[in-house]
Amino acid sequence: MSVRRRWTFALAAGAVVALLLPCLGVPTFYVSLLTQTWIIAIAAMSLDLLIGFTGLVNFSQAALFGVGAYAVAIAATRFHVVGFLPGLGLGITAAVVTAALFGLVALRAEGPGFIIITIALNQIMWGLAYQWVSVSGGDNGITGIVRPHIGPLDVSGNTGYYYVCLVMFALAFALLMTIVRSPFGLVLKGVRETPRRMRALGYNVWLYRYFALMISAAFAGTAGVLFAWYNQFVGPVNLSLDQSTQFLIIVILGGIGTIFGQFFGALVVVFLSNELSAVTQRWMLVLGLIYFVIVMYAPGGLVVLVPRLWARLRGRPVVLAADVPLEDR
Amino acid sequence: MTGAPGDALCLSLRGVTKRFGSLSVLDDVSLDVRTGERCGIIGPNGAGKSTLFNIIAGELPLTSGTVRFLDRDVTRLAAHARARSGLARTFQTTTLFPRLTVVENIVLALQAHSGERFALLAPRSRYRKRDEEALALLDQVGLADRGDASIDALGYGEKRQIEILLAMAQRPKLLLLDEPTAGLAPGDASLVTEMLKRERSGLTMVLIEHDMGVVFDIVERLTVLHHGRVVADGPLDAIRGDAAVQEIYLGGVL
Repeated sequence: MSVRRRWTFALAAGAVVALLLPCLGVPTFYVSLLTQTWIIAIAAMSLDLLIGFTGLVNFSQAALFGVGAYAVAIAATRFHVVGFLPGLGLGITAAVVTAALFGLVALRAEGPGFIIITIALNQIMWGLAYQWVSVSGGDNGITGIVRPHIGPLDVSGNTGYYYVCLVMFALAFALLMTIVRSPFGLVLKGVRETPRRMRALGYNVWLYRYFALMISAAFAGTAGVLFAWYNQFVGPVNLSLDQSTQFLIIVILGGIGTIFGQFFGALVVVFLSNELSAVTQRWMLVLGLIYFVIVMYAPGGLVVLVPRLWARLRGRPVVLAADVPLEDR
Repeated sequence: MTGAPGDALCLSLRGVTKRFGSLSVLDDVSLDVRTGERCGIIGPNGAGKSTLFNIIAGELPLTSGTVRFLDRDVTRLAAHARARSGLARTFQTTTLFPRLTVVENIVLALQAHSGERFALLAPRSRYRKRDEEALALLDQVGLADRGDASIDALGYGEKRQIEILLAMAQRPKLLLLDEPTAGLAPGDASLVTEMLKRERSGLTMVLIEHDMGVVFDIVERLTVLHHGRVVADGPLDAIRGDAAVQEIYLGGVL
């Protein structure tokens, strides 16, 4: 089987498993964790578009995610906007507008400067959420967010909402894969690799970074909206720097520049942080050690671990396309 | 100054001065390049040659002076905007896209002026023609079989060829070449020279080069830069015969 066909097969098998899971008697708790995985994976994929394809290490991804979540939460609890599409549209718009403003400030710098500014911007948004009590509810956050109906479909139940998030993940994945494989995606990779040459070729590097930031925000905002409905609560923690860091860890674990790897990254982080915290109070420490081991032994990310182990099992040399991002194969 | 009145000017510099703090790198440089002319800039290391290129290309702001390109004042124009109006450059140190394939590198140059650079919902396989165009260009320099290799996997000589091919793929009106044969073995250097000589179809070129063999092979006019000033400017033979220039810059090899 060619590499491409093997991936297609794995993807199809994964889709079947994902579709059947809730019907196989999997405990509700795990269905819920998987739902969370789909949502967090969308956010991580959106960050991968920036880190892996545009060369922008954005520490304000949680702010974009959180703005989407807050937008839908405020709209639902204050203005009774409770539809699926209106909520989604509002969250996406809020995130994109935020990114458009962030970009004007952050994209004045490159590299480390960009990172520092995005950290500051994320802190500002956290400060707003924490202190602008009349709008955000402050530390208490916003409760009472009701999951929407989609037309006549009641998807507010555990299983129904699982499928909503699964479908949204699949859509986001397909869209992002299309974008990174498009002529525009090639431009982003050029910007990632060598901005100086891109300028010499006639590309407005700033503009492409700006576009990438807003496209990424649309997906981060989507994830934020889905998370607000999932959790039925939004608080400052959802747009904290900790949350940004978690997205970053997922991207590194899953595999930078792979898009698909973010599913594995999200899976590991969501399950480990939930399972470990039930076992020990020192779960953060254990989590850190596990991250460390993964980064040491699967530097290309989890997504390349499976083909690598497979090759080793079959006694083949481990020199395979594993170190090439998935979308380049 | 060469050029009779009425000749179309491709590039025109007037009083270009660049200072980094108190260090003056370029001092009142004026230079005219006529359309179709192939012009060389020589001078010892630190003469300000690369800085001059960076200013012409718009990568560095200048302290004072003006840059005109194709009868338009571009002094305040951003680098990408100058490139879009027909200015292409190569770099002294290879500046390619190392993790992309050779074809992808060329395609980036080819699609720079086309609307498809904003196409984000169609896969690149929908734009096969671009890849074919890139392969045709590669074929001209005998590198068509390297199309799918990543730049990282190329030899240095091949990278230098791609460096120039990228600029040519832009179909420029003015080509700035910053030491195209820098660090090349004589065999590879002649490959690059052949590439440039083949591009005789009236393309305006400005070439920075230390290898006098390459310079004399390609250019028809020479400007000598020293300590940021133009110390000699004229037809190749005149400069070649200039005793002072020979003595100081060419080390008597001519």
